[in-house]
Amino acid sequence: MRYLPHTPEDISEMLQAVKAESLEDLFPTVPESVRRRQDLDLPEPLTEWELNTHMNELASQMSDARSIKSFLGAGSYDHYIPASVQYLLGRSELSTAYTPYQPEISQGTLQAMFEYQTLVSRLLGMEVSNASMYDGATALTEAMFMSLRIKRKKNVLAVSSLVHPHYREVLKSYLAPTSFELVEIEAGPDGRTDLSSLKGRDDLAAVAVQSPNFFGCLEDLKAVQAAAQDTGALFVTSFTEPLAYGLFKNPGSFGADIACGEGQSLGIAQSFGGPGLGIFCARKQAVRNMPGRLVGQTTDKEGRRGFVLTLSTREQHIRREKATSNICSNQGLCATTAAMYLASLGGSGLRELASLNRDKAEYLKSQLQAAGCSLPFGAPTFNEFVVRFPGGHAEAQEQLKDKGIIPGVDLGHYYPELEGHSLVCVTETKSKQDLDILAKEVSA
Amino acid sequence: MNEFDVPGTTGLTMNEPLLWEKGRQGRSGFSMPSRDVDPAPADDDLLAESVDLPDLSEVEVVRHFTRLSQWNFGVDTGSYPLGSCTMKYNPKTNERQAGLHGFAGAHPLLPEAHAQGILQLMHELEGFLAEVTGLDAVSLQPAAGAHGEYTGMRIFYAYHASQQNGKTKMLIPDTAHGTNPASAAMCGYKSVPVTSNEQGILSVENVKAAMDEQTAGIMVTNPNTLGLFEENLKEIAEIIHAQDGLVYCDGANMNALMGIADMKAMGVDVLHLNLHKTFSTPHGGGGPGSGPVCVTEKLRPFLPVPRIVKHEDGSFGLSHDAPQALGRLHTFFGNVGVMIKAYSYILSMGRQLKTASQHAVLNANYIKEKLKGAIHLPYDRPCMHECVFTDKKQEAQKVTTLDIAKRLIDYGFHPPTIYFPLVVHGAMMVEPTESENKEDIERFIQAMHQIAREAEEDPGLLHESPTKTKVRRLDETTAARNPCLTG
Repeated sequence: MRYLPHTPEDISEMLQAVKAESLEDLFPTVPESVRRRQDLDLPEPLTEWELNTHMNELASQMSDARSIKSFLGAGSYDHYIPASVQYLLGRSELSTAYTPYQPEISQGTLQAMFEYQTLVSRLLGMEVSNASMYDGATALTEAMFMSLRIKRKKNVLAVSSLVHPHYREVLKSYLAPTSFELVEIEAGPDGRTDLSSLKGRDDLAAVAVQSPNFFGCLEDLKAVQAAAQDTGALFVTSFTEPLAYGLFKNPGSFGADIACGEGQSLGIAQSFGGPGLGIFCARKQAVRNMPGRLVGQTTDKEGRRGFVLTLSTREQHIRREKATSNICSNQGLCATTAAMYLASLGGSGLRELASLNRDKAEYLKSQLQAAGCSLPFGAPTFNEFVVRFPGGHAEAQEQLKDKGIIPGVDLGHYYPELEGHSLVCVTETKSKQDLDILAKEVSA
Repeated sequence: MNEFDVPGTTGLTMNEPLLWEKGRQGRSGFSMPSRDVDPAPADDDLLAESVDLPDLSEVEVVRHFTRLSQWNFGVDTGSYPLGSCTMKYNPKTNERQAGLHGFAGAHPLLPEAHAQGILQLMHELEGFLAEVTGLDAVSLQPAAGAHGEYTGMRIFYAYHASQQNGKTKMLIPDTAHGTNPASAAMCGYKSVPVTSNEQGILSVENVKAAMDEQTAGIMVTNPNTLGLFEENLKEIAEIIHAQDGLVYCDGANMNALMGIADMKAMGVDVLHLNLHKTFSTPHGGGGPGSGPVCVTEKLRPFLPVPRIVKHEDGSFGLSHDAPQALGRLHTFFGNVGVMIKAYSYILSMGRQLKTASQHAVLNANYIKEKLKGAIHLPYDRPCMHECVFTDKKQEAQKVTTLDIAKRLIDYGFHPPTIYFPLVVHGAMMVEPTESENKEDIERFIQAMHQIAREAEEDPGLLHESPTKTKVRRLDETTAARNPCLTG
């Protein structure tokens, strides 16, 4: 086996040195009663070439973004990824390293992480970022627990019902063993969160919305900030599509206390939903309450600039059960990828790409409207929006199946009151022709 | 030693500024798709100024990250005996498989009929992991080891809630990873420490004394973080089970036991695996990992949703039909890209996974035997896949574990895990893995002997190391006192 370098001679020499007769003999401390009786029941090992054939076969049973026209979004987005980014993230000095515990030989990872923290903070208009969380859902969950740590006397969390339904499900799973309470804030008629129910509350640790929200609508973050402030709660804003902040005002400009969400859009392959990138930004004053790893700048003994993991007294390996989170491994290489992607786009490229996403979505909106579809919500959107096709979602999906088109997400699955509605996403990967075809097909 | 005895050497190291110290406005490293629709008017109130990101050409970006990568040490660079992290070789074919566009380009909300390939892969991977551990059911959802531990604790919580038995405490051995008490605390369990005995393992008596009706269970690591097999675990599990407690095993060290031991026979109810350790997926300098949980039949109903199911017609799907399930713990299904790599590894290895474990244990015992004269070995017993040394013999020269670790860097080795486990003062935890050949293991041993001699003859050399790296020892105190987290 090519991954196992020992020859029979190596093995016998080494066995002799450790005074064992055979490889089986190396486990004298494993009692008979807990030993495996049979060999592992696994398939015969495949050669590299047989593996290629098998995996090609499995992959060919998938409908990927090249083989179909998919208008699916809802937390995972189809964006072009430059070959240079894919090539760089394959640099194995970066990919085959562990967490940078030895900074002198991990400056590549550490500087990349420091750059990621900086670029993401600038994108979201926030003061500090950690070195990543698992995904958007766990980032939001950690933000809520951080709010409870900061607002120690409050035990209720208010979360918009327009936050990604899966994020809310994850938050509920994490809250179940605790005594904290979750209240959901209802949606208003324009597709944004109706904040009126928050008036007069004094028990909230955080008010959390998502912008653009699950319906694709930009929330009125100014109003959310005011509502959070009135109730004495922290203002938390989540997102699934950070590219929107290449064009629209970011959470920091509205005074967000915590901005967190999913960064898969920033150059990371969709990979059936993971690995993605949990982005987590906050105010500097709250940094000692933040979860996750942080990279900081310092100097070496000769005065040269260098980077280290820092503020680790918040973390599990030091503080154990009193840690701000149990997180250890995060999504480091995905964060590095995001830094590579943002560096490739630059400020100018980010603006143009974000505009293109929105312009294409607006174009499709106008074509769909002309084709007799209804757009129930009036609030501004980025690259995703809710629409009702003339025959409803199920009919459109069935009708388009043979044409290789998936017209979006069935919104009725998540919001029964929107039965028949679709959540449609348009990115730069869709041409005007693709959009025209969708509009034509659903009108027919 | 002559210059070829150890890999450490110096070479041309390029300087490279931070991204925003480079570039010029108007450059681009991105091929902008053609604009085929008109700009749509937008409300000025909504629009922001451009984000302050540097504009760089593609070649600038490529050189930047290539230079950064050259300041890093990975498994592909050299031996990486970082204890508890199983830094084995990360096969390149696995990267090819995960990069297949059918997988990498797949949207997580594809209708099931469009996603049969990946659902089949995940279903089979669950089966393989169940087989390797001896347990009955698997969820691939946790995105890392600590996430898997948390999932395990949530399963404990969900089970005990279903029994309405009001348990509040968790037994945690003093050798445990820090993530263990942190995960238990997140599920409301109060940690109760259990000390290991003079042999470095848990004794039945200590567990018996700590166990009571309010205790939800125990979190053990087996092999434990001293690299020793928990020989009494079966009896310990019986004590825990007798009071309706559950046994959680941190499977971070599963690389010692594949095909050797049966977790169910040990009485383990829940175990998490680290695909980025035992199953060869690259760690990425801090993730993405993957931390599947494996459970016994009794706990299957509590696993996170959605579950991957095989329908009667042979097709695969996702099911939420599990009324006792603890809910969802990841936006979608976990780190699928990592699962593809682990699946590829298992298909490449098959039953030779057992050989991998045997060689990993052989390598660790070999290092233990060859080094124990020069470096203090606190537990001189047969070890599993890793062994723990200390700096006791170097104390007189005021040479610490940290100095030894830093000197190893100059010799071209990644240092072992240091100052863990906490129960051993000045610990150095060495895990060679099965990937290292005999010559490289000999070089490591030789370098450690040389360092032990240097500690006696010229301790200053160790205090000053490393000297051959891009930067020398860094001022971590100032970094923490005046945090500079963005540029």
